[in-house]
Amino acid sequence: MNQTVWKKRYSFYLSLLVLLVALGLLFWLEVNKSNYGMAVSVIQKSLVFSVVAVSMNLLNGFTGMFSLGQAGFMAIGAYTTAILTIPLSRVDGVYYMKGVAPWLKGVKTTLSVLPEPLLIVFALLIGGMIAGIFAFFIGIPVLRLKSDYLAIATLGFSEIVRAVISSPQLDRVTNGSYGLKNIPGFGVTQAGGVLPVGAGSLLIPFFFALTTIAFIVLVINSSYGRAFKAIREDEVAAEAMGINLLKHKQLAFVISSVITAMAGGMLAMYMRSIEARAFSVTLTYDILLIVVIGGLGSVSGSVLGAFVVTFAKDWFLRFFDSPLVIGGFQVPFLRMGFRMVVFSILLMIVVLFYRRGLMGSSEFSWKGIFRWIRRKKEGVETTKGEMIDYPDPPPAKPAPLIPDPPGAPQEGGRDER
Amino acid sequence: MKDKPVLSTQDLTMQFGGVVALNNLTMRIDPGEIVALIGPNGAGKTTAFNAITGVYPPTNGFVELEGKIIQQGFPKGKMKRLYAGENAGKYTKSLSLTPDRITKKGVARTFQNIRLFKNLTVFENVLIAHHTNMKAGVFQAAFGMNRKEEEDMRKRSWELLEMVDLSDVGLEKADNLPYGKQRHLEIARALATKPRLLLLDEPAAGMNPQETQEMGDFIRDIRERFSLTILIIEHHMNLVMDISDRIYVLDFGRQIAEGTPAEIQKNPEVIAAYLGVEQ
Amino acid sequence: MSFVTFIQHCLTGVSLGGAYALIAIGYSMVYGILLLINFAHADIFMMAGYFMIFSVSSFPWQISIPIVILGTVVLGVLIEKAAYMPLRSAPRMSIMISAIGVSYLLQNLATYLFSALPQAYPAIPPLKRQIRIGEVSASLVTFLTPVLTIILVFLLIFLLRKTKIGMAMRAVSKDYDTSKLMGIKINSIISLTFVIGSALAAVGSILYFTDRMSVTPFSGVLPGLKCFVAAVLGGIGSVPGAVIGGFLIGLSETFLVALGYSTFSDAFTFLLLILILLFRPTGLMGEDLQDKV
Repeated sequence: MNQTVWKKRYSFYLSLLVLLVALGLLFWLEVNKSNYGMAVSVIQKSLVFSVVAVSMNLLNGFTGMFSLGQAGFMAIGAYTTAILTIPLSRVDGVYYMKGVAPWLKGVKTTLSVLPEPLLIVFALLIGGMIAGIFAFFIGIPVLRLKSDYLAIATLGFSEIVRAVISSPQLDRVTNGSYGLKNIPGFGVTQAGGVLPVGAGSLLIPFFFALTTIAFIVLVINSSYGRAFKAIREDEVAAEAMGINLLKHKQLAFVISSVITAMAGGMLAMYMRSIEARAFSVTLTYDILLIVVIGGLGSVSGSVLGAFVVTFAKDWFLRFFDSPLVIGGFQVPFLRMGFRMVVFSILLMIVVLFYRRGLMGSSEFSWKGIFRWIRRKKEGVETTKGEMIDYPDPPPAKPAPLIPDPPGAPQEGGRDER
Repeated sequence: MKDKPVLSTQDLTMQFGGVVALNNLTMRIDPGEIVALIGPNGAGKTTAFNAITGVYPPTNGFVELEGKIIQQGFPKGKMKRLYAGENAGKYTKSLSLTPDRITKKGVARTFQNIRLFKNLTVFENVLIAHHTNMKAGVFQAAFGMNRKEEEDMRKRSWELLEMVDLSDVGLEKADNLPYGKQRHLEIARALATKPRLLLLDEPAAGMNPQETQEMGDFIRDIRERFSLTILIIEHHMNLVMDISDRIYVLDFGRQIAEGTPAEIQKNPEVIAAYLGVEQ
Repeated sequence: MSFVTFIQHCLTGVSLGGAYALIAIGYSMVYGILLLINFAHADIFMMAGYFMIFSVSSFPWQISIPIVILGTVVLGVLIEKAAYMPLRSAPRMSIMISAIGVSYLLQNLATYLFSALPQAYPAIPPLKRQIRIGEVSASLVTFLTPVLTIILVFLLIFLLRKTKIGMAMRAVSKDYDTSKLMGIKINSIISLTFVIGSALAAVGSILYFTDRMSVTPFSGVLPGLKCFVAAVLGGIGSVPGAVIGGFLIGLSETFLVALGYSTFSDAFTFLLLILILLFRPTGLMGEDLQDKV
């Protein structure tokens, strides 16, 4: 075998390097936003979706629970964030039809003492908290039952949220079916400050994605994460090992919902104006598509999936939706809606023939890539799933917190099977 | 006077629809004993395990662990009409702890058809079983604030694997282990929950005589080492007669005999149950 | 609410419930056999709506109805063969994702082919005829739906109880593996389930959309969810249960709308689902199933 042995600190330095390069690149992109509008917008959306996908994966891929409530929880987060952060001066313009509820105006006036960044963080947290409370209470009846009831109940919940938000009774809070606009976006919008215009429009969602995904990864790698996986593998055995099914499922469900709602808040900031219609079942299905393509049970797969799918859908394959004429010949099929048909067929192909998705259940690691390159050089067959790099530094890929005890085979020596 | 029994059941009955799978089982297991539960297929042995560990609540009767009731049931609802077991109306209270609570109270079990966490490593299988005795909350655990505890769990998991001779395959997927090793792993995993009472459901099923012999030694060994009390279901009579202190025999859900291995071997009813009776 | 309006609402509710019941049976039967929530069922129902629009544009309605039923059946069986059959031994979640994938595909396909705008549903003249009984008046379809539902359900129950093939279907839903060992051709039984489910969905679709008058690619979603709840309410796997559930949901929805809570009528359905799951997970007519350990 080759003499080069992978050391843990290489991974650390490489991650650091990629992180710095990415930060630099993102910063450069965001201050030159006017030239790279498409790239900036697609990266923002990918970052937000990667958070939702990872938190959906926490349930579907790691705990084996099938939740389809993502759109509903995102709607809760999005509306909470929007309502709390729309600038006070523009509120009356937004609620031009029915006016804003006095109590809400009171709350907003009280909160307006907070500087805007703090207000946004506060709003995101409140949105997450509300979603968490809902998740907790839905979980009590539903999590006792088989996983498919969870799917239908969460799907129903998500539809209820949408119906309630757009109901005329809530006109003065959610602006009913008219939607909300003037939501502050990411980054600096006014020239003349210390920072250039556009600063933060990528770094803010990036750090948001980094922290939330890192948190989920930490949970997955902790003892609780192992308990989740045990539940996924075999509920009866997990229970016999002393794992309280309800408590752990509830925990996963609440964590996932809180983070989904916070990502919903970020989505509201990305879209700048929202309406209840955007949070339909289709949104949940879009995220499921990302998770399945990325690989159920792989965090890096979900992140990768979010980028691949969003880039393809919102950028590269956009031409599918507009008629195209090449040399007087009208390319068939290309018209409005074709893109989504292609994506749904793609989803079916992945489900039926490549059930592992891009990453299967393996995670990205520098060591894996290193080993893959080495094997490539030696001309040995590679296994699928280890060869993927992605356009983003691995989100907080913690080396095992605690070194394995002496009895354990050491890192680097364990691939000799 | 004997010590307080580790486990005792009284009139324990399990009925599914019209089928009485377990009828009126009354037994006691004293500290440090190895007790075997034998009987032909379908005699209700695994049902007894499931009723003890709370997989389903008993239809009638109760289970006591170290003097405290952990399962108690009486026929109610539709079952009130259907009930065909004995001692109806003797109990009026019901209580059923879920399997995880019972494991926490010190009862661990293995399964007849091995139920490992197949896609996880051998090491993780054992590590997960330590989770139940962990104190840290999810945030503490996620942010590594229980480093000491986590390190401890890992250390003990490796020790357990060492003991069952599986540490060299610790990082293999559990599903890739050969059958016999999977049985050992399941026992190691059960031991990781720190039980005082261990329920083994056919630990030597499908093993050849030599492996069976080794399994017997192993069971005796862990009893000493972990000061366990063991209830075992087994079909290998050599193993049963070799290791058990006492034996309960079930047939068609009913307890037909109880005694030391020597007594059981001579018991005509047991012989009849196993060989059939001549009319 | 006067007595006449009360009766009027009852009639509307029973009629809506009849259509729901026909769809709910499809969910219930598939779940009974494959333990799968056939998410695509709602979209099969939606597609049946489009089939009607297109077939009426070239044929008279008398011929269109059998064409629609046939087309829907072919679609349903095709979905089963293409998306569910290859995954028989796959984990439950994969099959469920496949079902969602089909639903997503059908919605997107419908958007692509027929645009997201509502398309007018053809009026079948005799069904639209107004009938008056005393002070209550409604179109024929309102009276016809519950009657037709009951007739179809009796036929189905007869099929399940009295014929050999029905017995095979019940055997498969009781114990999949054993019935396979008993020489029942599982795949043809499953196909038959989809044939029946889709045919009933097609009939349900005609009755439902005749009252609604337009179809969009997403008009299957909410009725689909409600019908699944109806199936759970009645006890999943039970045909009479699905029918009772369908009528109950149709009635309660109509009355909530009549009382001015139309936004919350959908919410109510899911509240109902959660309540059932809490207090009677087996539904009104369901059997207690226990997993073997």
